[in-house]
Amino acid sequence: MTSTLTTDTGSRLPQLIRRLTGDEKHGPSAHSTIDVLQVLYDRVLRVTPDTVDDPERDRFLLSKGHGPAAYYAVLAAHGFIPDAWLDDLAGPDSRLGHHPDRLLVPGVEIGSGSLGHGLGLAVGTALGLRAQGLLKPRVYVLLGDAELDEGSNHEAIAYAGATGLESLTAIVIDNSSTTHGWAGGIASRFTVNGWTADTVDGRDHTALYTALTGQRPPRPHLVVARIDSKG
Amino acid sequence: MRTAFIDTTAALLDEDPRTALVLADISASQFAPAGRRHPDRVLNVGIREQLMIGMAGGLALTGLRPIVHSYATFLVDRTYEQIKLDLDHQGVGAVLVSIGASYDGSREGRTHQSPADVALFDSLGGGWTVRVPGHPDEVTPLLRAAAATDDPVYLRLSEQRNTHGYPDADRLRVLRQGGTGAPLVVAVGPMLDPTMAATEGMDVTVAYTHTPRPFDTAGLRAFAGTEVVLVEPYLAGTSSAVVSRALADVPHRLLALGVGQTDLRRYGDPADHARWHGLDADGLRRSISAFLKSAHR
Repeated sequence: MTSTLTTDTGSRLPQLIRRLTGDEKHGPSAHSTIDVLQVLYDRVLRVTPDTVDDPERDRFLLSKGHGPAAYYAVLAAHGFIPDAWLDDLAGPDSRLGHHPDRLLVPGVEIGSGSLGHGLGLAVGTALGLRAQGLLKPRVYVLLGDAELDEGSNHEAIAYAGATGLESLTAIVIDNSSTTHGWAGGIASRFTVNGWTADTVDGRDHTALYTALTGQRPPRPHLVVARIDSKG
Repeated sequence: MRTAFIDTTAALLDEDPRTALVLADISASQFAPAGRRHPDRVLNVGIREQLMIGMAGGLALTGLRPIVHSYATFLVDRTYEQIKLDLDHQGVGAVLVSIGASYDGSREGRTHQSPADVALFDSLGGGWTVRVPGHPDEVTPLLRAAAATDDPVYLRLSEQRNTHGYPDADRLRVLRQGGTGAPLVVAVGPMLDPTMAATEGMDVTVAYTHTPRPFDTAGLRAFAGTEVVLVEPYLAGTSSAVVSRALADVPHRLLALGVGQTDLRRYGDPADHARWHGLDADGLRRSISAFLKSAHR
């Protein structure tokens, strides 16, 4: 079942993405994230262009930094960046590259591109917030299924589970792109380490919303968003 | 030095709620009391060095000041890409504190030796301050100064030490004054004592610093004649490029002494390795004498 929200941002997204013409290579990757990003920014994340520096904001870390067209389009739709920035992707004067840079783009929490860095940064962010008594913000980090091949993620998965990092939610876009696959499924790799996990249709906004808000403290939470293989 | 680090870090955790300590099992038992007082800010990730640096990046992104500690080879060599991307590229800093650099771990073999650590920081663009104390008395003020900023700082602790500490030797501090135009010998960190012994009776100026980055290029230009000798406790030549740039417009000759690149595949104690790398007083004297004589042929 697929349901589509009829928000203003949703209706604007297709034309915003079309403005990002320079990133054909990572097209499938960009479109794999669009539904999760829409649900997150429309309904889940407590962050706005006015609160990008507020310690109490929710954090969204895009670990899978390649193919950020959908991400940039969502940021533009929500007013974090001007629409005009979309017209010169990775151009000489552009602030938007094929991998995002947090120092260049308002609302972007981490610079990413190399796989296997976002989850560790997210663990540190969750711990840093907790140590300062900031217990309201949630930390969401988006990864790809093949990105989980990187061993750095396994360090973070084991540690976050063992220490009950309940403010942390990882989202894995599963388009079956990993070379050797994950026997037993992706979710089992997290749950065996003490996470809770929901595996849902990555195009179904209602199911995504339920999963993205379905944390079961004191455990960190995983949402596996399954979409069609990029072929 | 390690004791000074542990005591000072524990005190900083008590005094400054902005500080956090990230460990990967190394020195974890010594920090257990601090961990009981500050469970949210003393974080031992187990034997996971990539995560240790990634986490430090995340902590810094929330405004905390992470102090990160392990053996140099695990803290720096293994995590080079995390230092580059999770700290430098995010535009945040941390205080990385290593022990066991170069041949402190001579009996453990190559797996526990990291002579190239300072060269690795040179390869990054993040403007790292590199502190190489030569005495335990230098550790506390350097660590406190580092904790008070948000800058990227590498504090390289060693079991090799000099007889006297010079906490204020951020810049080149002359400890032996040669005649006018005498060759300048720069000793970094624990290389001071063997350098002083090696140059006994020579007409050279010996200057000491525990802070090779940023290198005191103004002091270098002020004290250097036409001959400069670097004596560094890490990879030979690590500071050559810095010195050459600083003296680009001045005719000069440079001898860069330090740890050789070759994996010796020998155990023994640090004094043996110092001798094999030519970094004991006798070896330094031979190298420096030969270099200075060769100038007058």
